[in-house]
Amino acid sequence: MTKVTMTINGKSVSGEVEGRTLLSSFLREDLHLTGTHIGCDTSQCGACVVHVDGKPVKSCTMFAAEADGADVATIEGQANADGSLNVIQAAFQEHHGLQCGFCTPGMVMSAAALLKDNHKPSEAEVREYLEGNICRCTGYHNIVKAIMAASGQDVSAIAAE
Amino acid sequence: MYAFDIERPATVAEAVAALSNEDAQALGGGQTLIPTLKQRLASPEKLVSLTGVAEMKGISSAGGVLTIGGGTTHDDVAADGSYKALSELAANIGDPAVRSRGTIGGSIANNDPSACYPAAALGSGATIVTNEREIAADDYFVGMFETALDEGEIITAVKFPIPEKANYQKFVQPASRFALVGVFVAKTADGVRVAVTGASNEGVHRWTAAEEALSKDFSAGALDGLTVSADDLIADLHGSAEYRAHLVAVMTKRAVAAAS
Repeated sequence: MTKVTMTINGKSVSGEVEGRTLLSSFLREDLHLTGTHIGCDTSQCGACVVHVDGKPVKSCTMFAAEADGADVATIEGQANADGSLNVIQAAFQEHHGLQCGFCTPGMVMSAAALLKDNHKPSEAEVREYLEGNICRCTGYHNIVKAIMAASGQDVSAIAAE
Repeated sequence: MYAFDIERPATVAEAVAALSNEDAQALGGGQTLIPTLKQRLASPEKLVSLTGVAEMKGISSAGGVLTIGGGTTHDDVAADGSYKALSELAANIGDPAVRSRGTIGGSIANNDPSACYPAAALGSGATIVTNEREIAADDYFVGMFETALDEGEIITAVKFPIPEKANYQKFVQPASRFALVGVFVAKTADGVRVAVTGASNEGVHRWTAAEEALSKDFSAGALDGLTVSADDLIADLHGSAEYRAHLVAVMTKRAVAAAS
């Protein structure tokens, strides 16, 4: 077992992990931060996306031991300080950017990573950025719309289909 | 996954020492190795993670040569921009989360027959730098998933001579985001190099007939009439050998037309 210490959503956290313990397993099973979802467990679907040192990462494809000393952000830390939804989460609700909700934590974390670097992405840029996040309900359209709305762009002209 | 120990050395010397155990394996960004471990297709006793080796990260340029640390992520190469064709290639590997972790050294050490970086290294005439020696790309890529690396040898950097013009064109296999066929074209003072990935059972390789034609006349039209044999090309559910042979010529023309 290896001792790891990392910052998660601003709080210092320590734990004992096996070499093969994935970051996603450490978050969910050891820390009970079950907002990070495991969809495919094969690096395809992106439901497990978290930020490690500010970059989006598939937490099912990184070992917890490799996050030792890292600054990790998960969906649990995304809401505003007063507990209200942040601008991306609120836009997903407003624009019906989710149906079953399983992919949503990864979608929100990817969206946050995109908007950090690209404040006003085009529709094509949003769609390209979500290449590694799979949704089987929405057809993506309202997710794209929500992310563009969260960036402060007028989405009223984007067609409903 | 089978159980294993994991080590995170801070220097190349420590990593080499940790890899001297024959059941130890190097772990780069893990974007190929971790899925492989999950399928129980590999069973190392110890993984030596290279992500903590600071001296293997970063990009520097001197005398027309771009040196990229083996532990540098695709995302960082994409953001660099000093070798435009290479940065564009890196920006289109996998997806954003994969690019945050995957490294150039890991990709070139793995030598997947459909990976993008081997085409850039071979097409640019790059030099693979390890903890022991420097290997010319022409001598490095041996075959599908085969390289000139010895057991325990680590790619510490890749040196790219920046060409006059270059471009990479990838026909994306949309499910995997690997290249169904990808072609890297580089024009230098010494001639033109054309490297093809995704197409051959032998892995990345040069298309010498196209290089000769393009060295005389660097235009897409110079390739008119040149065809690639489908013999020994990859055939799978995504495309036949003949289809890939056709794509090699098409993507080469597109790369020449787009080269800058």
